[in-house]
Amino acid sequence: MSAVSFSPAQLAEVRRLQALYPERRAALLPVLRLAQETFGYIAPEVETYVAELFELSPAHVHEVVTFYTLFFQAPVGRHVVAVCHNLTCSLLGAEDILAHLQARLGIEAGETTPDGRVTLLRVECLCACEVGPMMQVDDEYVGPLTRDRVDRVLEDLR
Amino acid sequence: MAERVLTRNFDRPDGHTLAGYQALGGYQALRRSFEMGREAIAAEVKKSNLRGLGGAGFPTGTKWGFIPKERKGPVYLVVNADEGEPGTFKDRYLLEQDPHALIEGMLIAAYAIGCATSFIYIRGEYVRPWRIFTRAVEEAEGAGLLGANILGSGFDHRIVVHRGAGAYICGEETGLLSSLEGKKGWPKIKPPFPAIKGAFGQPTIVNNVETLCCLPPIISRGGEWFASLGTKTQGGTRMFSVSGHVQRPGVYELPVSVTLRSLIEEHAGGMRPGRTLKGVVPGGSSAAILTAAEIDVTMDVDGLRNAGTMAGSAGVIVMDDTTCIPEALYVVARFYAHESCGQCTPCRECTGWIYKIAGRILHGKGVPQDPDTIVDVAQRGTGTTICAFYDGAIGPYISYVEKFRAEFDHHIRHGDCDVRPGRPVSAPAH
Repeated sequence: MSAVSFSPAQLAEVRRLQALYPERRAALLPVLRLAQETFGYIAPEVETYVAELFELSPAHVHEVVTFYTLFFQAPVGRHVVAVCHNLTCSLLGAEDILAHLQARLGIEAGETTPDGRVTLLRVECLCACEVGPMMQVDDEYVGPLTRDRVDRVLEDLR
Repeated sequence: MAERVLTRNFDRPDGHTLAGYQALGGYQALRRSFEMGREAIAAEVKKSNLRGLGGAGFPTGTKWGFIPKERKGPVYLVVNADEGEPGTFKDRYLLEQDPHALIEGMLIAAYAIGCATSFIYIRGEYVRPWRIFTRAVEEAEGAGLLGANILGSGFDHRIVVHRGAGAYICGEETGLLSSLEGKKGWPKIKPPFPAIKGAFGQPTIVNNVETLCCLPPIISRGGEWFASLGTKTQGGTRMFSVSGHVQRPGVYELPVSVTLRSLIEEHAGGMRPGRTLKGVVPGGSSAAILTAAEIDVTMDVDGLRNAGTMAGSAGVIVMDDTTCIPEALYVVARFYAHESCGQCTPCRECTGWIYKIAGRILHGKGVPQDPDTIVDVAQRGTGTTICAFYDGAIGPYISYVEKFRAEFDHHIRHGDCDVRPGRPVSAPAH
């Protein structure tokens, strides 16, 4: 990642977001989301670039990026599969689902398949306990999960 | 069948659209609010005995009353849609199925407190709820229900939709405000309370999604009617999120005077075939566990407080006799250790210690004094921190150990589980 910069349209979006709030710093989370969508993950040079857009210190941006689980500091796969392992999902077999996913993908939770297809994560409650055990696949919630349903979901991930 | 107030529009397939909402009488309460005026709205909300439905149960009318009468600069309304309490999912239903009820509730509250700009903080993982709610805001803007001079009232209002980025602590109202301001979600010392000095240093009311959705019916049908649905100290109905080992998990809207037994056995269909109840967490994972013998309690804030637990977010997690309580504690302790924001030493350290102790008990390496140590460590941190996170965490720590002590002792003595011997146990933390 050599040249880190937004397009003119994206820079206009940054200014629009900054103007939504009484203090422009409040747009930091939305702009970091835009940066992650653009650059794939938030590398140190992205933090520096975003810090310049806000006239904030890179340290402040780093502190924010590292605080939240949805900001990635390293490349992730084309799909992110996040399995809830909190209380209800755990009561309903989340560990079995995780074991199955790990076996099918050949990776541990926290890793990405060598072909860059899937990153598998353990996450805390996604607040869809009524369909537990459940997971988030990119933007979508999926549950209740069985091993068969997991297999079908994986087949659709290219 | 009890009357449905908050989920009244859920059966209508287009209830989430402006046309569908208006066909059901939507935005009439807003018109009426403009006729009533600010003080009459506040009086009606006080009469309704509405209490905050995010977790703390604070009387909503009283909270609004803390805004200084003499002030310079704006007042903000911030909607807490950072639903994250394990076992809770009702705000997701409201955002997806009745977003205009929330917008109308926000407008009523904003008008009552004199607020021109509100912010709704939606948890980052809630992509679909965010899309649906954002679409509803655009519809409302297009129809003149947001913007300048709404419905000819002279009242201007805009809604800023803000998305979180994954942190349980941002559901705590001052942590949420820090996050909204573009910082990590560290809670702030109170006082000053947000109503005095909140978002961007201005007086701010932080209300939960479900709380605000109560406002249109309160205005339409009156505070007394709303109060009459509940108990003496808490008006209205509530959306109970029921999950775990029940036949029919889901959201059930019921008067807060419903008993936990009725909620589990009648509404959620009871236990799975051949199974019996072991324990139930009545108000999200931060509530103390109740045993099968303790479920003849009413689900209102005061009823559950008197039973030694809390109504919290009304997330009801049901555990049957296949549940290993030391494993449940381990899972919960892992959560609190992961989500502690790290600001206050007692919380940061105690959540980590208890997670480690729960882990060694579960994995057969516990020592006899471990259960007592958990209770001791838990109690030492009480009341020493900036926010309520740690006081919430000790609910499960202490109650799981004290009410199911024999299970912990069995694990320590035998290095294995008496409920499900020889099974694989949970993997370590992420």
